[in-house]
Amino acid sequence: MPAARIIPCLDVANGRVVKGVRFRDHRDMGDIVDHALRYRDEGADELVFYDIEASADGRSLDPRWVERVAEVIDIPFSVAGGIANVATARGALSAGADKISVNSPALARPPLIAELAAAFGRQCVVVGIDSLRESDGRLAVKQLTGRPEATRDSGRGTLEWAREAVALGAGEIVLNCMDRDGVRQGYDLEQLKALVAAVDVPVVVSGGAGAPADFAAAFRAGASGALAASVFHEQRIAVPELKAFLAREGLEVRR
Amino acid sequence: MTSLVILDLGYGNTRSVALAFERLGRQPILTSDPAVAASAEHLVMPGVGAASSAMTRFRETGLDEILRHRTAPTLGICLGMQLLFEESEEDGGTSLLALLPGTVAALEPVPSAPVPNMGWCALSDVQPGLGVAEDEHFCFAHSFACPDGPYTAARAIHGNTAFPALVRAGPLWGAQFHPERSSAAGARFLSAFLAS
Repeated sequence: MPAARIIPCLDVANGRVVKGVRFRDHRDMGDIVDHALRYRDEGADELVFYDIEASADGRSLDPRWVERVAEVIDIPFSVAGGIANVATARGALSAGADKISVNSPALARPPLIAELAAAFGRQCVVVGIDSLRESDGRLAVKQLTGRPEATRDSGRGTLEWAREAVALGAGEIVLNCMDRDGVRQGYDLEQLKALVAAVDVPVVVSGGAGAPADFAAAFRAGASGALAASVFHEQRIAVPELKAFLAREGLEVRR
Repeated sequence: MTSLVILDLGYGNTRSVALAFERLGRQPILTSDPAVAASAEHLVMPGVGAASSAMTRFRETGLDEILRHRTAPTLGICLGMQLLFEESEEDGGTSLLALLPGTVAALEPVPSAPVPNMGWCALSDVQPGLGVAEDEHFCFAHSFACPDGPYTAARAIHGNTAFPALVRAGPLWGAQFHPERSSAAGARFLSAFLAS
């Protein structure tokens, strides 16, 4: 297993970083390059940029901000939001992104995953899954989660959709546990373990990180990477201290 | 300053590789022209994509012959490193450039070692002169690995299996990792290549 990957996620609108609330009236947090460089300098292992406007409005991702990030960043980064076809994905990868992450467009048209894998190789293709634990315990995949009023059930189970996505060519799964999102009470380890056992590609877990111990627990549960937004942006957890903590816990981290 | 040429065959990550060299103060030439590649002081083959389509492009353009006759420093990155070997299991079996012996094989997923092998792996058995230190982490993203052999210049581990992270055979350099995405460690490696 490679070193435990710490992955800050930044929401982007019009090439600016915005506060991680995924609907309108978002607050400007500053220039995308400044944030990317700061996290790189702090030792983040990878970055995810989520174009919240493209995703919500059904527009294609704008490769211009991807280029600006690629010029300065020397760690891997993926881009998500508004990638619904091979041409848009090609634009993002040619602009310098390492991976493209698809979610609702893949649910709407699963062959998209196979098309992306055939065009760019599966190591470039990430499938994001917004998973909600229903009251009966069932893990349900939600779609169009970028806008609360548009969010709906996809009719798919989380583990079944993950297996199908991997069979189609996904090289990595990002599991976003929606009921933990923003709650800061830890990742859903039970769900994470079930997904890690269900697929043989790397799994990145998202939603719920509140303390350094939450990250350690996620890696022990089999996560290849742990993604978080607010705890990093609000500087509740600093990446260098987090990595030092994980190393003391006996986990392999990149120094 | 001598010429630094990056083969641009329409792969996605050519730009990332070019930017990494620009951060080192170099202005690489991006080309698919075999003549320009042949005369390069330093030639880089980035590689993202499939082995068979890459080899088809190499044969169509005559770049395969250019590479066979290179005596100046030449660096293959990721798939670009794999292309240096004889054949690959990828795409049901693909003949490669055969500058180095052996077969590129699929990584086997095992519990705690998923495939693709994605992320930062520590290097071991590091040979001197490559700008790389023992235990340093580099960024990997691959599903196939090169055969271990006399040209292995550093190893990384997937599951319980060591595989070549670096190969070096005279002017030929190969990196399974992505130096352009390996932060300061990757920059030191690229600088060592440029100094060769």
